[in-house]
Amino acid sequence: MSAVLEPQQISPLIDAIDRRLIVATQGGLPLDPQPYHRLAERLELPVAEVMTRLRRLQGDGVIRRIGAVPNHYRLGYRGNGMSVWDVPDAAVRELGQRIGALPFVSHCYHRPRHLPHWPYNLFAMVHGHDRAEVMMQVSRIAEQLGSAVRDHDVLFSTRILKKTGMRLVTE
Amino acid sequence: MSTAAVIDAPVELDALDRRIINRLQDGFPISEHPYAEVAAELDTDEATLIARLQALLDTGILSRFGPMYHAERLGGALTLAAIAVAPADFERVTEQVNAFPEVAHNYARDHELNMWFVLATETPQRIPVVIREIERITGYPVFNMPKKEEFFVGLKFRV
Repeated sequence: MSAVLEPQQISPLIDAIDRRLIVATQGGLPLDPQPYHRLAERLELPVAEVMTRLRRLQGDGVIRRIGAVPNHYRLGYRGNGMSVWDVPDAAVRELGQRIGALPFVSHCYHRPRHLPHWPYNLFAMVHGHDRAEVMMQVSRIAEQLGSAVRDHDVLFSTRILKKTGMRLVTE
Repeated sequence: MSTAAVIDAPVELDALDRRIINRLQDGFPISEHPYAEVAAELDTDEATLIARLQALLDTGILSRFGPMYHAERLGGALTLAAIAVAPADFERVTEQVNAFPEVAHNYARDHELNMWFVLATETPQRIPVVIREIERITGYPVFNMPKKEEFFVGLKFRV
């Protein structure tokens, strides 16, 4: 397990019990008819408290959602492109919101340029069944961005070198 | 750079697997018998849903099932960083970069900047420290591209 967050550095949104709950669930939710009861037993907490805390963490956005993460390659999404765009900084928020709303964009961010090597400030991850589908989607982004685009590129992923996700250190 | 596909082969899924994958990306109840509730929505039963979910995880069709946490709200920091690695050095640098526990994801991409990784650190201050350490160990400059603003996260893959 990789260690990244130390207990003393936790956010004001979570306390020590929340943290134990996070450590207990970051590998996944128990595949048991009563998963929250199993967590409660493991953490020696009342089950009502486990459920209340999880609901609160979800309400505060500490939990983005409880759900399944597919390996998109295995679902047939073999074209995975990071499309990158050089647009005027003054327009990046409005354009980013528009691009992020497109149904095939999974992540959309404003990031810094690194001139002269890297002129792009808007990143949109695009997923398709193959590269041709991704390129079609990229051309739809280009249409949306119109004359605001000064330059763009698409970086296809060729290998997953590591995919462990963020982990809290276990106590 | 290497363009060898190392991407897992796609799989055939039956109709129930597809419904499960689609439904479980939309969220999961916090309740007494959450699998039974979701199973009822999917016209199946609790035991079948749990067994199918276990199989989807075992075969790597799902990489994870559970709560997804927001790094910044946990007090930590994330950044995206990239290196232009000479092809002859690629495997060495991969090993060196992946050895950092702060490297949560790492992808090879078809570009001069051919290695892209996400760092997750315990504090925002630690990001530049880890980046300097990666530069020192690999001998390559790291392009740090922290997000300035997030417009959307969270596509669901419909199958």
